[in-house]
Amino acid sequence: MASQQAWMNNLFTNTGSSSFTEFLRGYAPDMLPGNRDALPAPVGEQIPHATTIVAITCAGGVVMAGDRRATSGNMISNRDMEKVFRTDEYSCMGIAGTASTGIEMARLYQVELEHYEKLEGRSLSTEGKANRLATMVRGNLGAAMQGLVVVPIFAAYDERIGGGRIFGYDVGGGPYEHQLYHSIGSGSIFARGSLKKLYRENAAPDEAVLTVLQALYDAADDDSATGGPDVTRKIWPVVAVITDEGFRRLPDEEVTAAVETLLAGRMIDPDGPTAPLR
Amino acid sequence: MPFPYASPEQIMRDRAEYARKGIARGRSVVVVQYADGILLVAPNPSKALHKISEIYDRIGFAAVGRYNEFETLRQAGIRYADVNGYNYNRNDVTARALANVYASQLGMIFTDSIKALEVEIVVAEVGETSDQDQIYRLTFDGSVFDEQGMAVIGGQSDTVATRLKERYRPGLPLAEALDAALSALTEPGGERPSAAQLEVAVLDRNREHRKFLRLSGPRLERLLTPATPAAPETPAAPAAEGGPKPPPTAPEGDIDTGSEPPL
Repeated sequence: MASQQAWMNNLFTNTGSSSFTEFLRGYAPDMLPGNRDALPAPVGEQIPHATTIVAITCAGGVVMAGDRRATSGNMISNRDMEKVFRTDEYSCMGIAGTASTGIEMARLYQVELEHYEKLEGRSLSTEGKANRLATMVRGNLGAAMQGLVVVPIFAAYDERIGGGRIFGYDVGGGPYEHQLYHSIGSGSIFARGSLKKLYRENAAPDEAVLTVLQALYDAADDDSATGGPDVTRKIWPVVAVITDEGFRRLPDEEVTAAVETLLAGRMIDPDGPTAPLR
Repeated sequence: MPFPYASPEQIMRDRAEYARKGIARGRSVVVVQYADGILLVAPNPSKALHKISEIYDRIGFAAVGRYNEFETLRQAGIRYADVNGYNYNRNDVTARALANVYASQLGMIFTDSIKALEVEIVVAEVGETSDQDQIYRLTFDGSVFDEQGMAVIGGQSDTVATRLKERYRPGLPLAEALDAALSALTEPGGERPSAAQLEVAVLDRNREHRKFLRLSGPRLERLLTPATPAAPETPAAPAAEGGPKPPPTAPEGDIDTGSEPPL
């Protein structure tokens, strides 16, 4: 394999950069996503798409959650897909859009952050991480124009300010920092409406977990591509909490408890909690 | 211009001698198994120039010798591990494969270049259980040694290894393993290095994701305290900095020409 040779021969070369992507671009470009020939025709909706991700800040951190559905057009192609990824000890990302391209981007981004950290002996700043992801999203623009659109959301605990931060993107890159909360994907409009009413300043992380689950439920309620809690199969959203103690993906028992609280409330009032009118 | 003839044996011997002397000038580094994984200890007053590093999820790296030379090796190891982990899967990155990459590079430089790399390195991988732990020691000529339980590299490595063997038992708790490593690194009757002059890291099999963890600051102080209750707060500057350096001690035995495969 030609590319295998090229990168193996250059392991000991000083590339002058601590970026993993730069190294691949120089010596193993075949491995990079988005380095493909133009597609003969745009792919449209034939391949699976990931849907709704929400993130909100809470007291001393940030919470991100994603539903589990992937759709190809009107078909549900996956019921238990994971769209929220740990990217390093203090950050995570969620993906919406073309699932395959998004997963590849998350994998590369994860290595990118870790590679820098190991070579330099320090982590990138939160802004540095957010900017790096913007570059990768922009690198996918050509593919996005062919239908392989990926829009990530990035959330991190910032040690300098001692709190959580959320960054959004569009197909051209970004980042756009969002105060308080943000959502992406097909159900994001409904989720955002829900978050707007349910967001409480400085909520404890477990309160914030309930808020994001409510928002995902509202998104699933009105958007056919977003999956709600699958009660019969016991498939719940993926929920991640990042605080000064680092990234923690909530174990199934904790999510089950929160989902049961949510479902009990919705059995009484299907539209969920109401915000005070004045 | 006349060029005197030197036999290949002589050239190899000279190169080995040169590298050996360079390595012997530095202080030793100890890599030792403990109950939950592998402990790496290096006397190193510098906070910026590391002798111990993370390579990948389960793999750590320790080196002695010329900083720029082993830093190049370290970075290459990280590149190798990250490319393979990205291309295949995180589980597909192994210390054995990495040791082979290092061995071929070190061996090639030893044979082809005028000067061998003046380094000695350890590649350690923590497994699911202690019998799956692996410690590989690599010398300047590309020889690989599969070490059991402990490895010592650097100047006076033989004496340090002897002292370490007296204290080492399989399955030591972390504090005791650190204590054993420090007493091995300290001359009998000498003063132990303080926390500020140590670079300590563990590959802890109970950690999630990445097993490598640097121990420093209060955490390291706490580990050191029970072992050295009478240690003064500010020990005198180590001999290597101000005072005259102890003479380099070359390891004993026949000169290793790299022709005997140790594996």
